[in-house]
Amino acid sequence: MRAVFWKELADYFGSWRFFILIFLICLVTLYATWAAAEAILDDVTDAPTESVFIRIFTTGGTVPSFLEFIAFFGPFIGILFGFDAINSERNRGTLSRLLSQPLFRDSVINGKFLAGLSTIAIMLAAIIVSVCGLGLATIGISPSSEEITRILLFYIMSVLYVGFWLGLGILFSVLFKRAIVSVLVPFGLWILFVVFMTMIAGVVADTMEPVDRYSEAEEVAHHEDIEDNTVLISPVHLFKEAAGIVLDPERRTVHGLTGARMEVDQRYLPDLLSPVSLRQSVVLVWPHIITLMGLTVICFGISYVRFMREEIRST
Amino acid sequence: MGQPVVEIAELTKIYNGTTVVNKLTLQIEEGEIFGFLGPNGAGKTTTILMLLGLTEPTYGEVRVKGFNSTREPLHVKRMTGYLPENVGFYDDLTARENLRYITRLNRIPDKEATERIGRALESVGLSDVAEKDVSKFSKGMRQRLGIADVLVKEPKLVILDEPTSGIDPAGVNKILDMIVDMSRKRGITVLLSSHMLHQVQKVCDRVGIIVNGSLVAQGTIEGLGKEIIAQGENLLEIQVDELNSRLIDSLGSITGVITVEPSGDMLTIRSDRDVTAEVSRVIVRCGSLPLHMRSKDYALEEIYMNYFQEGCPA
Repeated sequence: MRAVFWKELADYFGSWRFFILIFLICLVTLYATWAAAEAILDDVTDAPTESVFIRIFTTGGTVPSFLEFIAFFGPFIGILFGFDAINSERNRGTLSRLLSQPLFRDSVINGKFLAGLSTIAIMLAAIIVSVCGLGLATIGISPSSEEITRILLFYIMSVLYVGFWLGLGILFSVLFKRAIVSVLVPFGLWILFVVFMTMIAGVVADTMEPVDRYSEAEEVAHHEDIEDNTVLISPVHLFKEAAGIVLDPERRTVHGLTGARMEVDQRYLPDLLSPVSLRQSVVLVWPHIITLMGLTVICFGISYVRFMREEIRST
Repeated sequence: MGQPVVEIAELTKIYNGTTVVNKLTLQIEEGEIFGFLGPNGAGKTTTILMLLGLTEPTYGEVRVKGFNSTREPLHVKRMTGYLPENVGFYDDLTARENLRYITRLNRIPDKEATERIGRALESVGLSDVAEKDVSKFSKGMRQRLGIADVLVKEPKLVILDEPTSGIDPAGVNKILDMIVDMSRKRGITVLLSSHMLHQVQKVCDRVGIIVNGSLVAQGTIEGLGKEIIAQGENLLEIQVDELNSRLIDSLGSITGVITVEPSGDMLTIRSDRDVTAEVSRVIVRCGSLPLHMRSKDYALEEIYMNYFQEGCPA
């Protein structure tokens, strides 16, 4: 498996795809960071003095915030890295040559997935570090140790999130023989989750709990609940919500996947206006992280089984 | 002959109700070049894939050097080199890098791998383009690189699936020479599948003919030819400078000759044994001269066509 891993890693880093992606993403995110820094500096007078640095990731100025860019572009990276993992080998005629070597078949798919994940991890690390650097230079406030931990947590979640899309890309590369199909289907899903999910959630909520302006407050709240929970089916929103909580100590509510509104334990919150502790943030997003992991494992698991069972046919 | 390298017993593969390979039983001895012949879609590639454990047989068994291909594929793959039809390489890597990947997958230590890659590239005549991207290679060069790719593993058995398809005649000869070389100098057993009979005829020690998934004949080429001759007859075509009825009568009286048919200045003699020598003697005695004589012996093509027609009732 090591041979496959290193070869794939070298392939990723040498590919045009990688250079174009990293160039685009650096451009976009650094611009977002600069805009955020400007915005933070503008209202620094009446903003809270705590956790200023970390807001570089969540503040949107004239452009969306860094967090939103990752939520939006993460799938793009994952899919582009994964969509032709297996079917390109098949189409080039290298798959049968590769599989006739003395290696277990799962080494091929594991090696490819891990190489893709490592590439993503390195790429995201580079981007986040440069964002931090730019932040330091423009705002001039250094992050506290808690903020660094939050950023690290955010990093791990981002890798997981992009990893999910990588798994999805690989899944379709196993399922479909033609690269054009295996790239279009996950992109379709991406658009579905990014653009249409809020609409779908709205429809679902309207059907289950119709509200009008004479509705009781409780009914409206229930309607909102349904909408907020439905939207979490989409990994994009799942990631956005979780990352938002980790990065923003001011946020303290979250919609649990079970449908119950989870509140921060009041005992830990003597003052409602004080920021949420790191530990509480983690407790809040734990289900999100587990769900993201689960989705990734499911995607990868299906591709794994399909690939293992697939028979190599002539032609 | 030593112990058989490949043992195939009652091998059957059914894809969605269609029998692709039907109770194939075959043995390949150590060091021989075995030609696996048959028309397209006869089940050659499927048999090869089962041999490598890439496809599971519906029933039956394949053993390579005693290892079961289905249950112990890693052992089989370790000592088998496989060159698939339409072999592919990583276009953005050089020839050397492509081979390097294979040696890594085979866990050959880097130092030894470098030597092996050098030797393999040299033996297929690709040393001077070793550092070039494979994307610039012609079909013939790719095929030769494929052979190098098989050689770096230093296998006991080499399986070549249609190694000569789509290659110009000079390239075909080069490849066939390499195959013979591989077998004679390195003692590698070679299984070679093809539908190009006349090409394979030159190099194979033994052939097996597969039609519609069944092995219809196997043996040496001469052996297969004799088998047909035994049930058929000899044909002799002669051109003489002077054709007369006396000559035809005399030829007809040779023992074994069945008919003598003149057409223009040509004679076609059907006989149940080889009568070439007597025929020429009679022609000369009759005051004529044989200008051209051709014994229509059964070439592999005819052997193949013969079995092919038998195998396909349609």
